[in-house]
Amino acid sequence: MFLQQLINGLSIGSIYGLASVGYALIYSILGFSNFAHGEMTMVGAFAALFAMTAANLPFPIALLVGALGSALTAVTMERFAYRPLRLKKAPSLYFFIAAMGVSITLMNTAIVALSATFRTFPPIFPIKTVSLGAISVGVIDLAVFGVAAVAVTILEFVLNYTKIGKAIRAAAYDSTTAALMGISMDKVCFTVFVMAGTLAGLSGIFRGLKYTIHANMGNIILKAWICAIIGGIGSVQGALLGALLVGVLETFIAGFISSALRDVIAFVLLIGMLVVRPSGLLGKATEEKA
Amino acid sequence: MLITVGINIIAVLGPSILLGFTGLFTFGHAAYEAIGAYTCALLVMKVGIPFPAALFAGCLAAMICSIPIGYPTLRLTSDYFIVATLGVGEIVALLIENMQSITGGARGLPGIPFYTNLPLTVVLVAICIWLARNFVLSRHGRNCIAVRENELAAECVAIDSFKQKMMANMIAAFLGGLSGGLMGHYVGILHPKMFRIIRSEELGIAVILGGAGSITGSVFAAVVVTLLPEILRDVVSDWRLVVYGLAVIVVIINRPQGLMGYRELTLQSIRQFWSRLTTGRRPAVPGVPGTGRRD
Repeated sequence: MFLQQLINGLSIGSIYGLASVGYALIYSILGFSNFAHGEMTMVGAFAALFAMTAANLPFPIALLVGALGSALTAVTMERFAYRPLRLKKAPSLYFFIAAMGVSITLMNTAIVALSATFRTFPPIFPIKTVSLGAISVGVIDLAVFGVAAVAVTILEFVLNYTKIGKAIRAAAYDSTTAALMGISMDKVCFTVFVMAGTLAGLSGIFRGLKYTIHANMGNIILKAWICAIIGGIGSVQGALLGALLVGVLETFIAGFISSALRDVIAFVLLIGMLVVRPSGLLGKATEEKA
Repeated sequence: MLITVGINIIAVLGPSILLGFTGLFTFGHAAYEAIGAYTCALLVMKVGIPFPAALFAGCLAAMICSIPIGYPTLRLTSDYFIVATLGVGEIVALLIENMQSITGGARGLPGIPFYTNLPLTVVLVAICIWLARNFVLSRHGRNCIAVRENELAAECVAIDSFKQKMMANMIAAFLGGLSGGLMGHYVGILHPKMFRIIRSEELGIAVILGGAGSITGSVFAAVVVTLLPEILRDVVSDWRLVVYGLAVIVVIINRPQGLMGYRELTLQSIRQFWSRLTTGRRPAVPGVPGTGRRD
């Protein structure tokens, strides 16, 4: 039972993780939480759904279509909402408010264009389970975990071993100096939004596979934001750690204490955690300079 | 309709003081509204206390709750504060949903007597605007502005920034409780969904659109934000919220200071504007006090 819940928790945690990494990436470059991140997961899920139902594409290609759809959304919002603010050197609160505007726009466009009904993917993975010793694992949980692991490994590789990855890390450290050293911030932001969008799309698709797809699903992924904050804003590893932690804790609370109080306890933990360690698990403590 | 406008004006004054004058972007203001609304409605319905007393009790309950809520959260900065207030807002809504025996849970609390009427709302709106203005112009209000501009510098001139934030938060909670109480007795039914994150988001956006640091701006924005969707309902029907979202983006990019932007609409500024219109001259002494610019 314990191991079973742990696996469930890790599977949910990886869905959160795919989204929370995007929050961390964008925060590390632009210094704000992209409130519209949840809507990217929604776009990705819908793009994949329509690729499968309307265009009859096989699932792996639909997965790519979904990821591409969210990446495109991400790049568009960067170009039209955040770039003008970045060029004006606006304070981060303005970015946050613009993100709220983007979120409202995308969510309501989806509601108007696609109606607010709940949809599900056609069955892709067999609902049977694989038994590993005493426990049985759903095929979909394994798939989520596998895809998340591959995606994060690729992300880590790009960040650590490529030229653009080095540029992103430099910009995250100090964007002004990075720009002075000839790093194009436009290019850095473009790449970061493509990466964040792709991962968000994957997260949305797997959420849709595990539960349902609907126009309001962006708001639920706000929990991934909380994961990113718990891990320490702006830290990719922290965001992953926070996501797995929240996923596991949530499942344990739902399984052993009360499923109704699951979210209450999760939020109480969040606030308790912020009181004890205001900069998150792996976040750097910042001291205001005089 | 006018009553809804009035209730939203009172509700928006709280975030206006917090965001506009203290620099705290709150994402859980609806929690205080929920506390005020449920306290007031339950006192009237189950205990039988007269409405004005219950309304006041609701405000007090919200204000008292703001102390334990503010104590841990107000020490946080930037996004940590936003996400913590979001957490508080969701916790309150979820708790109400789970206390089925008292609050009716997710099905809502129906059958609240309709006590909120237009004269009462108008009087309360006037009093609240007047109180908010007085707070902002008082020593405490100026301290709050100092904290907003530069917390470290404010601390250096012996302003207890935590105390100021706490005070602003308590006043905002009181106003939130009042608007919640009025709302319950106007709509006649309370529902935890009414106080989820979307409500808090709406209030925050109203403050931004009206202009941070301006009471009249917030009031004006509350009127516009309440009425505009209703007016647009006939014209663009379903797309009105899309238009609303796009408007937020356009405003923040092109006119981030909002409609009023740190300026107040006062009688004096209107008179000056009028004399400039009629005589075509600027006022004799430029920059005299009373032009309303206080940043």
